[in-house]
This record gives sequence, C-alpha cells and structure tokens, in this order.
Amino acid sequence: MAGFEPGSLPDLLPLYYRRLFPYGPYGRWLSYGGVVKNYFQRREFSFTLRDDIYVRYQSFNSPQELEKEMQKMNPYKIDVGAVYSHRPSQRNTVHMGAFQAQEKELVFDIDMTDYDDVRRCCSSAEICSKCWTLMTIAIRVIDRALVEDFGVKHRLWVYSGRRGVHCWVCDDSVRKWSCAMRTAAVEYLTLVKGGSETVKKVNLTDPIHPFISHSLSLVEPYFEDYALVGQDILGSSESWEKVVALVPEYILRLLLREFPKKHDSVQRWELLKKKMEKCKPSHAESEIMLQYCFPRLDINVSRGVNHLLKSPFSVHPKTGRVSVPIDLRKLDQFDPLEEDGEKENETEPEPKRRTRDYRKTSLAPYVRVFEQFVEEMDKSRKGELLKKSDLQGDF
Amino acid sequence: MLKLQQLARGSQRICLNLLTPGLKVTRFQFHLKKMEFSREKRLKARLAGDRRGDLYPHSLQFYLQPPTENISLAEFENFAIDRLKLLKVVENLGVSYVKGSDEYKSRLEREIRKLKFPFRALVEDDYDARRKDHISHFILRLAYCQSEDLRRWFIQQEMDLFRYRFNELNGDLVEKFLKYVNLSYGAISKEVKEKLAVQLLNSTPGLSGAKVEELEFYKVPLQDAMDLFRVRRVYLLNAFAYVPQTDIVAIVLNNFRTKLSKALALTARSLPAVQSDERLQPLLNHLSHSYVGPDYTIQKNIGKISLEHIDALSVKSFPLCMRQLHKALRDNHHLRHGGRMQYGLFLKGIGLTLEQALQFWKSEFIKGKVDADKFDKGYAYSIRHNYGKEGKRTDYTPFSCMKIILSNPPSPGDYHGCPFRHSDPELLKQKLQSYKIPPTGITQILELVKGMHYQLACQKYFQLTQDVDDIGFSLNHPNQYFAESQKLLSGGREVKKEPSEPESSQQKLSSQKSTNSCSIPISSNTEADTELEGLDAYFTED
Ligand SMILES: [Zn+2]
Repeated sequence: MAGFEPGSLPDLLPLYYRRLFPYGPYGRWLSYGGVVKNYFQRREFSFTLRDDIYVRYQSFNSPQELEKEMQKMNPYKIDVGAVYSHRPSQRNTVHMGAFQAQEKELVFDIDMTDYDDVRRCCSSAEICSKCWTLMTIAIRVIDRALVEDFGVKHRLWVYSGRRGVHCWVCDDSVRKWSCAMRTAAVEYLTLVKGGSETVKKVNLTDPIHPFISHSLSLVEPYFEDYALVGQDILGSSESWEKVVALVPEYILRLLLREFPKKHDSVQRWELLKKKMEKCKPSHAESEIMLQYCFPRLDINVSRGVNHLLKSPFSVHPKTGRVSVPIDLRKLDQFDPLEEDGEKENETEPEPKRRTRDYRKTSLAPYVRVFEQFVEEMDKSRKGELLKKSDLQGDF
Repeated sequence: MLKLQQLARGSQRICLNLLTPGLKVTRFQFHLKKMEFSREKRLKARLAGDRRGDLYPHSLQFYLQPPTENISLAEFENFAIDRLKLLKVVENLGVSYVKGSDEYKSRLEREIRKLKFPFRALVEDDYDARRKDHISHFILRLAYCQSEDLRRWFIQQEMDLFRYRFNELNGDLVEKFLKYVNLSYGAISKEVKEKLAVQLLNSTPGLSGAKVEELEFYKVPLQDAMDLFRVRRVYLLNAFAYVPQTDIVAIVLNNFRTKLSKALALTARSLPAVQSDERLQPLLNHLSHSYVGPDYTIQKNIGKISLEHIDALSVKSFPLCMRQLHKALRDNHHLRHGGRMQYGLFLKGIGLTLEQALQFWKSEFIKGKVDADKFDKGYAYSIRHNYGKEGKRTDYTPFSCMKIILSNPPSPGDYHGCPFRHSDPELLKQKLQSYKIPPTGITQILELVKGMHYQLACQKYFQLTQDVDDIGFSLNHPNQYFAESQKLLSGGREVKKEPSEPESSQQKLSSQKSTNSCSIPISSNTEADTELEGLDAYFTED
C-alpha cells in the first residue's frame, strides 16, 4: 500500500482501461461459449465511480459494448453479479417479481480481517508476507475439497487487491446451484465456528470426517513455520494463554506450570503434543491447528445468487492494486505486496500497438493464468459437445 | 368466453386452479367445466368410487399437483385453519420435545387424528383425510409464500410434519413411496464398498465396521444429499454422496424441501392474481399473521423511545441477544453486518425512527475508526435500507428467534446470533452470573440449552430477570420479549408511551406524557383478534 496515492486514480484508470485490461479473455469467460441464450447480456455488472457513486444493474449487449463503457466511465471498481431472467438494465420494464437472479458462479471470499483473533503480526486491513500464509493454506484446503469432494473443474482464484482472496467456481452445473446448495457447501467447508463469545471455535468429534483429515494434512506442513515460528503463538504467556484455553482443564494447568521453563514456541508445542498423547481421544492438538490456520469463509458472500463480488482485473481503489488471478502451481511464491501492477504500469514504456499491451507489462503472467483458465473451459465445453453428439450417434 | 363477473363478489365457491403456481391461471380461464354440472353433482362425481384411489395412491405426497376441484369457501377456510393448527402444534412440539422421541410422536399422532389428517399409510379408506391434506397444504402455500420469514416458517413445519409421517411408513411402503417420487438410487457394488470402507466408516457417525459391511450404500448426486453433506454425515467423492440406507429419509426430506421452496417462490410470483381476489386476500393475510405472530414492523411504536434511554432499556427489557449486541456496540464502537442487521431491525421494531437510528449508529461509530464522512457514505445506506428507503425498498422486519437461531450463525468477530445457541456454555454461564442470575436458575437455563431448547432457555431468562413466576406467553421474537417486559414494568397490560425509567428521565417522561397519553396495545393476541373481527365481518357481509 505504501506509495499509492488514491488521488492518482483518475490519471491511472484511463490508461489501465485503454491499454491493459484483458478484454478478450474476460469477454470469453463471461460468455461461456455462447451456449445459453443471452447469457452475457443478462449478467449484472456494477461500477463504483468517483466519490463512491455506486451504479448497479448495468448490462451490455456484448463484451465490446462493456469495453466501451468501461473506457468511458473508468470505474474505480467493477463488481460482477448474477445472470438474471431479464437484462438487468431493462429490469424496470418487466413485471415486478419476474426479475430474478438465475445463475452465478459459486464464489468464496476469504478476508484476512476474519483472522484477527489468531494473527499477531497485523490487524484489520493490514497484511504482510507472514500472515499471507493463511491465504495460501485457505486456497489449498478449499481448492482440494472443491476438486476432489465436489467434483468441480473450473476454479479461478483471485487476489482481492487488498487483504484477501476470492474464488470463482465456474462449472456449468455449479452456476445453477440454489442458495440452499451454496449454503450447504460453505457449511461443509467450515470448521471454525462461533463469534467473539466463543473461545473454542473448533470442536472435533469421532469419527473424523475425511474432509477434516485431508484438510489437516494440508495445514500441518505450514503449522510450525507459520504459527510457531512466524506468529510465535506460544512465545509469551499472554499469547499462550489463548492457546491452552483450548485444551482440557487438567492439561491446561500442567502446561501453564511448565511452559515458562521452555525456550520457544516450537519446544512448547512439542510439550503440548506429548501431554495430549496421554489423553486420547482428545483432538485438542488438531483443534488448535485448525483454529489458528483453517480457512474462514464469509458465508454471506457465497450464499446469495445475487450477491456481487469484485471482478477479477478490477482495481482496488484503496491500494491501487489489480485483482489478479493466482497461479495455483506457484501458490507458495505469490506475494500480494510485491505485485503492484498499477504502479508499474505507469513507468512501462508506451507501446505502439493498442491491443494486448498487457503482454508487455507486469500484468502479463496473470493474464496468462486467466487465459489458461478460459481455455480449459472452452476445451471441456467442446469435450461435452462431442460426448453429446457421440451419444446421439450423429458424430 | 366466461367473464369476471361469474366470480363476482360474494360467490361462495372457489376454483382451486388459483392455487396452481406458475401457471397464469386467472379468473378468465375459470372453469368451462363448471358449466357442465351443478356444484353438488360435480362434487359427488368427484367423490364417487374408483377415481379416488388414483388421485391419492399414497398417504404421503410431495404436493406436486395442485388440486383442481371447486370447493366451498367454508371448506376452504376450515381446511386452512386446521392445517395451521397442526403446523402450530408441530412447531410447539419441536421446541418442547426432542423430535422423534416417543413423547413427541405420540403427541403429534394425537393431534393428527384429532384434526383428521392422514395418519398412517395403511388406513384404507383414507380419501377424505388425504384430500384434506392435499388441499390444505396448497391453501397455506398462498398464505405463506409472501415473505422470506413466512416461507421459512412454513417450510420448517411442513418438513417436520413430513419427517414424522415418512418415518411412520413401514419398509414395504417406503420402497413404494420412493419409486413413486422417483428417488430410487443405485447401490454401490461390494468391490467399491471395500475400497471405500475406511472413508465410509469415518464419514458416517454411529456406524461400526461390521455395520458398514452389512448396510447398502447408495451413490446419490450431490444436490439430493444436501442435508447430509452440509453437516458432514456422509462421504463425498467427485460430486457424489455415498449414503447408507438408514439415511435415505434425509434425502427424501431434502428433495421435498427443494421442491417446496421452489414452488413457494413460483406461488409468490403468481400471487397478484390471487391477491386481487377480494374474498381470499383477507383470509390469507389473517392466516399468515395470526399463527406466526406479529412481525413487529408495526409502525405504531415509532418515535416512542428516546436515545438516552437505550442503555437502561438494554439492561431491563432487552433479551440477552440484544443486550449482548448493545454492549458490543458500546464497547467496540462498531458492529459487523450481521450484528447491524439483527440489532438495527430490533431497534426499529421497538420504535426508533430512521432519524434516530442514523443518529444512534453514527454517534457510536464515529467514536471508533469510522469517520463521519465514511459513515454517511457507507453505513448510512444500509440503515436507510433497513427502513425501506434504499434498494428494493422493502420494509425489513425485525428478526424472529427462529431466524436468529437457524440462519447466519456468527463468525469470529461477530456478536449477533442467539447467545443460548451460539455461545460456549462456559461463557454463557459467566455472563449469566455477572447479570446476577441465581445459581439454580443458571443450572436450569444450561440444562435447556443442552437439550437445544434455546427459546425455552430465553423464556427462563425472562422469568428470572423480570421476576415473574409464570411468563404466560411463548416466546418467539426478541421484540415480543421487549414488549412483554415493558408491559410488566409499566404494571399493566399496556405499554405506556414512554417506558418507565430511572429517575433521570422522569422529567422528559412527564413532559411527553402530557402531549400524548394514548398507549399501545402490543399483545399479539389483541392484534390478531382485531384482524379476526374484521375477517368475520367480511365473511358475513353477504
Ligand atoms: Zn501480517
């Protein structure tokens, strides 16, 4: 965030929308192969303009028309909403009640502020490379479950531009999911429960469901480096008191007595583990790991079919950072602070050709991730069509 | 072509075609058939002999086809009221007893028999009961499709009723019923089961290894197994749930709920057609109001609370959930979305005007991290929204206990929800101690919480804090809690326009009193009764 001056947005945005925004793959993504009639046309977009002016229910006849409008309005922020029964821009012409949200990608919003009770390095909107590990873990856990458990193929993970990540699940069948189905999926994926009035937010009981054991095996490799060394969660009596509050009472007293004698968090964790071994079937050790590291999803964002979410490649007006797709193959290397797309754009040399300028800027690798994602969808759509015509015997 | 006038005011018969969701059935299409018979003849033809069996092959159904016959207005009304009685019993039993316990079942059975709804599948000549079940369900859809709260309540009760009735079916009938509703799934092979044995064992609480071997497992598409996978009671692999035969009931219920909630949405859309029927509209409104209780959007209260009394009121007359939210707001100078909704609408319900609400939230938020400008741009919108001044311009209703308990559980950093449902028992205990609840009372409350009787626990809390022996109402809304508490404090059945307050506020109180001495009747019964009177008058009009 350092160095970004929101006042410079009016100068930067026109450049960004004229030269850098990847309209091609973006339009292809939201058209979904043109299979469903007027799918793109019935999609809601919303723009946030200067001075927080918020314009909802915009829709466009074509990606080209959207492009034109973006270049004309230079929105500070773009949100993508649902595909409605009618064109959102014409919603006032249809009978009240008939205008309904029909489909949308299943989306997840993971926001660092939701981890404030278990992060020591930063709070609220701040992030650093230390706590960013929480997002890495979140992506690993949720993505595995989406693919293996829910049988999902097309996921786009995106850095939100400020303090978290978004996921867009785009499979044809999933876009049709009801609100209840979306809620159920989020509940399946949620282990950390309870508000500020709950000390122990993870409670495991036997048998341990495969989703939980899978997730634990993804959290474990990060736990020592992230929680014990990085966050030093057992580093001082003040911080370890919060941790031992999660173990059974008699172990708690024992640990409080012995912790001061140990040197660091790693040693104290070893001690805790050793003591816990003797009191099976308690799952306190796993519960602590999950409470400190397991993804915390914002259910309200995922549940509603009509809920808007900040679009990939939209700019975050407060940080000036672009919402870029994250390459899962290089997930551990992703650093939200290093990437400062908008700022670098400024200093990029003025390219001659108007199109595809992004290929020459620091945005290029992210656009490539996005293009691959769109291509994968095209490919499987073709595969589906072939399968269908095979079945019908007219291939 | 038939004309509107045929259904002219005062006609005492109703074409149930109106109940068809989605179809744009209007009164113009109104029965060509009706011309063929006189009413009585037609009814007799329906009732006679063979065709009865075809109509209702099972005692249980998914209510996919709306009734098409004509019935009298009197029967229409009786059916509707009886089903509401039944659903109300279902709700009360569900709050007071463990669902599926013997006590629960025997009480529900008694009620079903009494009201003459189909009770066991085997009873042969069950036509009248099945018909009543069918028609009454569709009538209530009309009354309960109109708002999210009503739909939630209706679906919940219909689901519980259905679960009870489905569980009463014996083995053979279960199979038949599943076929009838197209829910037969393929069982997985022995080899697959062996391969997945560990996962199946770990995914399905309460099963032993031997049991896994013995039971059939069905491969069910994700959508159909929603209620099982949401609580991780089933193994998920590649978009399929592996469901043991013992859990098929959950699948059936899930399917029923999906269909019902879709149908309710459709019905809501075709509602204008029904609402324009002047004979039905008051009845439907009455049905939905009298049994769920008032929704506390009543504007009568508006402007009866002054902001400086809220701290004192929060101690005296707020239910625990609102007291917690109020304290969190004062402590943190902030509440997140869930808290703002739950608390904001409650405050609206007790009478804060929009202007007061804006002032209240703003004065608190700007003590924290939010500056006045940000408040005006961001948060003010959502407050005006709650008051129906922005967005869809819906006048949002305060949340009921059921909504608070069942939906949108609090996440870390949240203070909303039901403290009896969403707090650690240990913390709840400490909190109650700090509020000087006697130890015996705390034990009783924690017992109720343990048995998942959250509303009863809250009732107990009311009884202990307001110091009454018998609270004399059944609690289902935070605003009801407030109203009842105020009623007690003011020492009468009615709430004074300004709640009785500690000394500091006396002056203001008396000065306002002189300008307006009328009091608000807030009891839900009074409200319902007035409506009922109107309704009666309506029906006897001609
Ligand atoms: Zn940090």
